Amino acid sequence: MAEMDTSGGGHHKKGPGVKKAKKLSTRVDLTPMVDLGFLLITFFIFTTTMSQPTAMNLPLPDDTAKPEEQNKAKESGALTLMIGKNNAVYYYEGQLAVDASQNNFKSSTMKQIRDVIIDKKRRTPEKDLVIVIKPNEDATYKDLVDILDEMLINDIKRYALVDIVEVENQLIKLTEQNAGVK
Amino acid sequence: MARPKISRQSTNIDMTAMCDVAFLLLSFFILTTKFKAPEAIPVITPSSVSAKIAPETDVTLITISKDGKAFLSMDNEEVKEKMVEDMNKEKNLGLSAADVQAFKKVSFFGSSFGQLKQYLQIPKDQLKGASVPGIPIDTANNELIDWMKYIVAAHSSTGAKFNLILKGDNLSKYPQFKSVVSAFKKNAQFKFQMVTNPEGVPMGTDLWKRYQKGESQGG
Repeated sequence: MAEMDTSGGGHHKKGPGVKKAKKLSTRVDLTPMVDLGFLLITFFIFTTTMSQPTAMNLPLPDDTAKPEEQNKAKESGALTLMIGKNNAVYYYEGQLAVDASQNNFKSSTMKQIRDVIIDKKRRTPEKDLVIVIKPNEDATYKDLVDILDEMLINDIKRYALVDIVEVENQLIKLTEQNAGVK
Repeated sequence: MARPKISRQSTNIDMTAMCDVAFLLLSFFILTTKFKAPEAIPVITPSSVSAKIAPETDVTLITISKDGKAFLSMDNEEVKEKMVEDMNKEKNLGLSAADVQAFKKVSFFGSSFGQLKQYLQIPKDQLKGASVPGIPIDTANNELIDWMKYIVAAHSSTGAKFNLILKGDNLSKYPQFKSVVSAFKKNAQFKFQMVTNPEGVPMGTDLWKRYQKGESQGG
């Protein structure tokens, strides 16, 4: 295929003393060219971003809605997750109660929080379960998306993104201080 | 003893066919490669299990960089034109016809209203996210609320599709996210999407079980 027909047209006899031209092979070694081709293909495959970015929906509540139209959460079914510095997650169930006799403010991490959510989900009737997410000002966007992702992963139907209360934020700061988080 | 001669077979393989295939594939890959639109600033997005593909056309994209700057980019020039007309009138920005054209062509916005005129005069090749201030999104001075107002108005008057997308960097902080979201809320935009990288669903979780049962993988 990669050669040309270089033999003269006809088979006419040349006269005596006419030298026959030496036939040079026109066959080209295509191996390096194939190598180059495949090298470029590999390059293009690897530089092409295969994965399309996905998108996550976040429906927002309407702040201006009338209070009587808002759905009330049962205290027993509520789990509040607070996001702090360094992927730390703090949580409590129901109402926050921190005093001398009791303390339901617990700390966890982003990796372990799934067990907390699963545990809460198993103990609570589905219609009562509501998770409240409260990131503080040190929380990163990644942590927020991770927590929202946990809601998806654990199939939580009702969750809300709420501003943190000063009391809770101080508790987080205090816990961080005690744990030596900078 | 005379051995029967085995005729030597040539080990030369004709490479032409292989070469053809290689270059055919090569041209295929080159032609199908889509180049990414210029981005305001490199952003590493978090990952989520969401399986929904982010929309690519008619998007209004808000980017939050890791140092907390907000950028806005839009791809629909008709909407942008309507938007800049309204803005110029109401905010007295003093944009000339050339500035309006520049507004339509610019790939992303990252300045306050006051500096918009100078911003539009930055040559295209010098426009980098790192060197511009970004749209102010402090709680005291959240200009994104006004930007969103014009965007929403321009979309509804032109009848264009409106896909609101938020793209945040892993390391951007929550207060910036909150400012952006409050700008959405103030303009009655209660639905938006966050750009994420796809990630597998962890085994044994409720969502995983649902997928195992064969439910559709909708966002």
